[in-house]
Amino acid sequence: MNNPAKPRILTEQDVTLHGVTKADLAMTAIETNSSGKVKMTARDVKVFYGDNEAIHGVNLDVIENEVIAFIGPSGCGKSTFLRCLNRMNDTIDICRVTGSIKMDGRDIYDPTLDVVQLRAQVGMVFQKPNPFPKSIYENIAYGPRLHGLASRKSELDDVVESSLRRAGLWNEVKDRLDQPGTGLSGGQQQRLCIARSIAVSPDVILMDEPCSALDPIATSIIEELIDELKQNFTIVIVTHNMQQAARVSDRTAFFHLGDLIEIGATNEVFTNPKNKRTEDYITGRYG
Amino acid sequence: MTEMNMTPANDPAAENLAPLSKTQQTVARSLNRRHRQEKLFKGVGLGAVVISLTLVAILFINIFAKGLPAFWQSAITLEIYFDPEIIQISEKPVQQPDETENAFRQRFIEWQSEVGMVNFNRLILEGLSNVIPEASERKYRRDSARIVTSGERYALRDMVIENPEIIGQTKTVHLLTDANIDVWLKGNIDRSLPDAQQQLSPKVREWVTMLSEQGIIENRFSFALFMNPDSRSSLASAGLAGAFMGSLYMMLVVIFLAVPMGVAAAIYLEEFAPKNKLTDLVEVNINNLAAVPSIVFGLLGAAVFIGWFKLPMSAPIVGGLVLSLMTLPTVIIATRSTLKAIPPSIRQAALGLGASKMQAIFHHVLPLAVPGILTGAILGVAQALGEAAPLLLIGMKSFVAQVPTGPFEQSTALPVQIFLWQGNELRNFFEARTSAAIIVLLALMLSLNALAIWLRKKYEKRW
Repeated sequence: MNNPAKPRILTEQDVTLHGVTKADLAMTAIETNSSGKVKMTARDVKVFYGDNEAIHGVNLDVIENEVIAFIGPSGCGKSTFLRCLNRMNDTIDICRVTGSIKMDGRDIYDPTLDVVQLRAQVGMVFQKPNPFPKSIYENIAYGPRLHGLASRKSELDDVVESSLRRAGLWNEVKDRLDQPGTGLSGGQQQRLCIARSIAVSPDVILMDEPCSALDPIATSIIEELIDELKQNFTIVIVTHNMQQAARVSDRTAFFHLGDLIEIGATNEVFTNPKNKRTEDYITGRYG
Repeated sequence: MTEMNMTPANDPAAENLAPLSKTQQTVARSLNRRHRQEKLFKGVGLGAVVISLTLVAILFINIFAKGLPAFWQSAITLEIYFDPEIIQISEKPVQQPDETENAFRQRFIEWQSEVGMVNFNRLILEGLSNVIPEASERKYRRDSARIVTSGERYALRDMVIENPEIIGQTKTVHLLTDANIDVWLKGNIDRSLPDAQQQLSPKVREWVTMLSEQGIIENRFSFALFMNPDSRSSLASAGLAGAFMGSLYMMLVVIFLAVPMGVAAAIYLEEFAPKNKLTDLVEVNINNLAAVPSIVFGLLGAAVFIGWFKLPMSAPIVGGLVLSLMTLPTVIIATRSTLKAIPPSIRQAALGLGASKMQAIFHHVLPLAVPGILTGAILGVAQALGEAAPLLLIGMKSFVAQVPTGPFEQSTALPVQIFLWQGNELRNFFEARTSAAIIVLLALMLSLNALAIWLRKKYEKRW
C-alpha cells in the first residue's frame, strides 16, 4: 500500500516538519520524488472561457510511462485541463489559457512551437468513438501519411498492422481492412481510434472518458489495453468511473470546481484521501 | 363524462377493474379534447396536401394537354427536283494547298452567298404543282406561296450547300407548312368563321383539306422546335435552339462562377473566419441578399456589367453574371448549413492526429459535405435556369434569330423565350408552342433536380 516510488501530496504536516512554505503547498503535488522522469509539467494553469475562469491555477506533473487519471464531478474542469495538454482548446475561439505547460522542458504554448507537431506528439482519444467515415486501413494510415512517417506502401502496411495489433484489434479486422471503420461495434471503434492515435507514435496519449459510451465488456478490453500501452506511452485519462480510475491508473488527480484538490498515488487517494472533499466524492457523497 | 363512464360498463371484463382515481378521471376527460384536436390537425394537414397536389396536377395536365401537340407539326411531303436551270452556281470551293485558312473562308463565304441568291421558292412551287396542278397558275400564285412556310427555302439551300451533287436529282423532302395551316388542321381555329376572319384563303383551305386527306400533309415530329432559333417571318419554323443555347451558356457561367465562389466563401466563413461583428454583418447581408427580388439583380447587371464594364447587351455572359450574383447567396447558405451539420468529432479526430486546420477540412469535412454542397449548387443552378425577370432588364428579351455560338453573342434564354412566345400575335399557334417550351424547361429542371438527388444518394455516407 505504501509505495515510496509514488509521489505524494504536500500537507500541512510538511509545513511544520520540513519548513516548506505555504506557496510551495499551493503548488499541489509537484514533488515527485519518484524514479520516473517528468514528462509534462503544468504550472499555475488557468483557463478562461470569455470572462469565466474555468480552471483556477493548476499545478501538476505527468510522469513518463505512467497512467494518470483525472477524476471529479461534471464541470470540474478535468476535461478542459486535459485538452490544454495538446492545445485542443485552441479550436474554441473564446478559450484562453494562462500559466505554463511544458513537455520535456519545452513550453507547448510557445508561439514558435507548431501545434501540429505538438499534436503528433500528444495523441488524443475522445469520449465518443469517432473513426473517419473511411476504411479501417485509411483510418490508421491517415496519421502516418500526414506526417510522412511511412514512405512506401509496405511500410504503411506495417504501421497499420502493428498499430492494430497493439490496440488488440488486428485479429478481429485483418480480413476487412477495406471495410468502413464506422461499421465496427462501439468498443472496436474506440480501439480503432486508439490504434489510429498510436500509429503516429506519440509520447503521450490523452483519453477523454474513453469508455463512457461503451458496455462493460468493451470497457474491460480497453482497460487491459491501457495497461499494456503503459509500457510505451504516457497516458492521461479522464474518467467518471472511479473504479476504472482505481483499476487502471498509477496516480489519480481529483478536480473540483476548477481546482486541483488532491493528487497522489491511486491507492493512497482511494484508501486514504487527505482532503475531505476527495473523500466525500469517492465515497459517493456528491458528484 | 357520460361517454367515459359508459365504455367500461359495456365491457364485461372492465367491471372487475378498480375505479379510476380522481386524477385519472381528469386525464380521461381531457383525452377527448386532445384526440379531437389531433384529428382536426391531421385533417387540415391532409387537406392542404390534397389541395396543393390537385393544383399541381391541374397545372401539369393543362400544360401537357396544350403543349404536347406542338411537338408534332403539320408538314408536307414533296418531291423536289433540284433543277440545274434554277440553281446556277459555281463549284463548291475546296481549300488549295497554298491557300491560307482566311482566304479559303473568304472564298467559301462568297460561294455561300451565291447559293443564297438562288430562288429556292421556285423549286418548292414546282414540287407543289406536282401534287396540286393548279398551284402554278398565275392567279393562285399568292395562295400557293402560303402552303410551305417561308423559312423552309433555307432548308433546301442548306441541302445544296451541304452536298452540291444533289443538283439535278429529285429528293423527297418533308417541309413544314405555314403556321396557319397547322392551326387549321389541328382545329385551333373555328372553321365556321366567315372568310373575312379566316387567316387562310378559301383556295388554300380547299387544297389543304385535299392534301391532308391524301396524306401528303400530315403531322410529323417537329425537329424544327429543337433545331431552329426563334423566327418572326416564318412562324412555323420558330424553335428553341437559340434560347436553349443561351440558357446553356448562362448556366455554364453560373456553374463556373457562382458555385466555386459560393463554396469557397462558405468554407471561409464557416471554418476560418473569426466570429466577430464584421462576420455577423456579412452573414446577415448574405441572408438578406438571398431575399432580394431577382429583378433588382437585373438592374444591377444593367448598370454595372453593361454600363461600366461595357459588356455586350443581350449576351449570355452578362445574363450568367447576373444569375451568378443571384445564385451566390443560395450556394453559400446551402454549403454553410451542410458544413455546420458535419459532426465536430470528425474535425477533432483529424486535429487530434496532428492535421492542420486546412487538412482537417479538406481531407475529412469537405468529402462529407460534397453531397450537400452539390445539392445546394444544383438547386441554385435550377433556380437560375428558370429565372426570367433579371434577364428582361439586360436586353435578353430582344428577338434574336440565330443560335449563339459563344457567350458573348446576342441570345435569349428559355424562360424569356416562353415570355416572348406567350406575347406573340398568332395566339392560336403560339399558345401550344409556349406550353411546349414550358415542358422543355420543366424537363430540364426536373432532370437537374433528379441529378441532385442521385448525387446526394451516391455520395451520402454514414458517420
